[in-house]
Amino acid sequence: MGELATEKHVQYILSVEKRKDDFQSVVMEHLRMNGAYWGLTALDILGKLNIVDADEVVSWVMSCQHESGGFAGNVGHDPHILYTLSAVQVLALFDKLDVLDVDKVTNYVVGLQNEDGSFSGDIWGEVDSRFSYIAILCLSLLHQLDKINVEKAVNFVVSCKNMDGGFGCTPGGESHSGQIFCCVGALALTGSLHHVDKDLLGWWLCERQVKSGGLNGRPEKLPDVCYSWWVLSSLIMIDRVHWINKEKLIKFILDCQDTENGGISDRPDDAVDVYHTYFGIAGLSLLEYPSLKAIDPAYALPVDVVNRIRLGKRHAI
Amino acid sequence: MDFDDSLPISERPEWYDVTPLPQDDGPNPIVAIAYKEDFSQLMSYFRAVYRADERSPRSLHLTAEAIAMNPGNYTVWHFRRLILEALNVDLHDELNFLDNIAESNTKNYQIWHHRRWVAQKLGTNAANKELEFTRKIISLDSKNYHAWSHRQWVLQALGGWEGELDYCHELLKEDVFNNSAWNQRYFVITRSPLLGGLQAMRESEVNYTVEAILAHPENESSWRYLRGLYAGDTQSWIIASQVSSVCLKVLKSKINFLFALSTLLDLLSHGFPSTQEFRDAVDALRVPDDNQTDSNLAKTVCLILERVDPIRVNYWLWQKSKLPQ
Repeated sequence: MGELATEKHVQYILSVEKRKDDFQSVVMEHLRMNGAYWGLTALDILGKLNIVDADEVVSWVMSCQHESGGFAGNVGHDPHILYTLSAVQVLALFDKLDVLDVDKVTNYVVGLQNEDGSFSGDIWGEVDSRFSYIAILCLSLLHQLDKINVEKAVNFVVSCKNMDGGFGCTPGGESHSGQIFCCVGALALTGSLHHVDKDLLGWWLCERQVKSGGLNGRPEKLPDVCYSWWVLSSLIMIDRVHWINKEKLIKFILDCQDTENGGISDRPDDAVDVYHTYFGIAGLSLLEYPSLKAIDPAYALPVDVVNRIRLGKRHAI
Repeated sequence: MDFDDSLPISERPEWYDVTPLPQDDGPNPIVAIAYKEDFSQLMSYFRAVYRADERSPRSLHLTAEAIAMNPGNYTVWHFRRLILEALNVDLHDELNFLDNIAESNTKNYQIWHHRRWVAQKLGTNAANKELEFTRKIISLDSKNYHAWSHRQWVLQALGGWEGELDYCHELLKEDVFNNSAWNQRYFVITRSPLLGGLQAMRESEVNYTVEAILAHPENESSWRYLRGLYAGDTQSWIIASQVSSVCLKVLKSKINFLFALSTLLDLLSHGFPSTQEFRDAVDALRVPDDNQTDSNLAKTVCLILERVDPIRVNYWLWQKSKLPQ
């Protein structure tokens, strides 16, 4: 089996950040905040966050904040809950949450909760169980979870549960590993995992492992490195991760590396991108691959960052 | 008003009064994102009218051009909705505009969200068009999550349930492994106001599913659907003769029997009384290497599953460990 090409991946992530001339960076402009979270978290797991200038990143992140309190995907764009979480996560990585006006961000997120407990992504009202997780995680990082109606939020997430034990984007929506991660994460962060049928969901999730060792997101779909994160983190949160074959999954992720130029792709021999690079490295971290920082499956941040935030809360009390 | 897209935007007469506004990457850009020139120029004009909040026909046209170049930019969509509202545009035209860009962008969140916004404003009149549209997208990509999600919303918000069960059947006839179609079928039988709910539908649905299972016993989706038909009613599940008999038939065929075995295990663990026929069928699946047999049928089932599904051996070991000793 090959090894993780750590140095190459570090160089790849930095090159994506600096790239100037390809179409990819143009169409990614509006979601650069997500890209920053993926790239920087991957660097931190690799133990290389220190090569980034924290002040520059923090000042750019803050320049994406809107007067409503929410963050945009880039300067001059509209705020959305997706980018608000990424912004808070990036600040958490650098231990810079103190630059935030916590009330302002909190008010933005609180304002997106609907009467039925669900969350909208922005003022236009799209509802998705992903946004429930994002809102709950964002407020957890800010120690402000008590500002929303948690009971209703949990009830909405539970209403997205299906007969196969999985979760969809809205009630009745097909079970999908990405949505399952969000729903299980939301329930984990609110101490509500008793709503999950762990054995049934655990079986559904471990059925996602295919012969090559990779994981797919739904039955009969192709395996994809990003599901290494969505499926694995869900299995860890419900304490069933030993139901998959870890060695085979590690091999699958390593087979998706571009060992020459760095980066990880969705499947072996495809083109790499920063999204799959992050999910591959985060997946390996969950699999306890040597010399990687541990990542927390619910917070999607390195464990030391999460501990620092929890400790901060204790000091605050 | 007509607009000429053939010229670069800086040379079009209707834009002479606007000073383009380049992307500001913040005080200390970590990334100086470089833009392809034409796109970059167009976006500079977009930023200018957006900043000026100019809700005009030319701005509406500009958003269409910007969307064509990058349909993922949610700020452009946001501004487009504000303009549509301000100009009171006929939203049927907007659906046509969306039809044209949707097919090449079937996984774009913004397009689907915009579509829902438009359809909601049009109300029940839009139901048929939306069902037709999702049908078209699903015919190109039968598991498109956005299309299915939109379709479920249309049914619940605007109606059109009449033909939905037939539609599911049509898709399953094409591909019985289509998990999205099975999910939609479950959605219909549990939520359609025209059918009587799960209890009323169970008998005919069990027949339908058993047939699908016998045609392809290796299909995870049909087995899970069968189990779902008895959600919350374990008592009926273990006494359903069709369930045990489909298990037995597949086990006796000796091929693709993994889900039949796991279903039998589920039945046994809930108190299904096994018979000699089941023992014989399971015994026939043992290979000479399986010398470790057990008088307990469920345990033997687990031993076989450990062998035939080695990637999930720990799951089957766990199943075995929780059997009564």
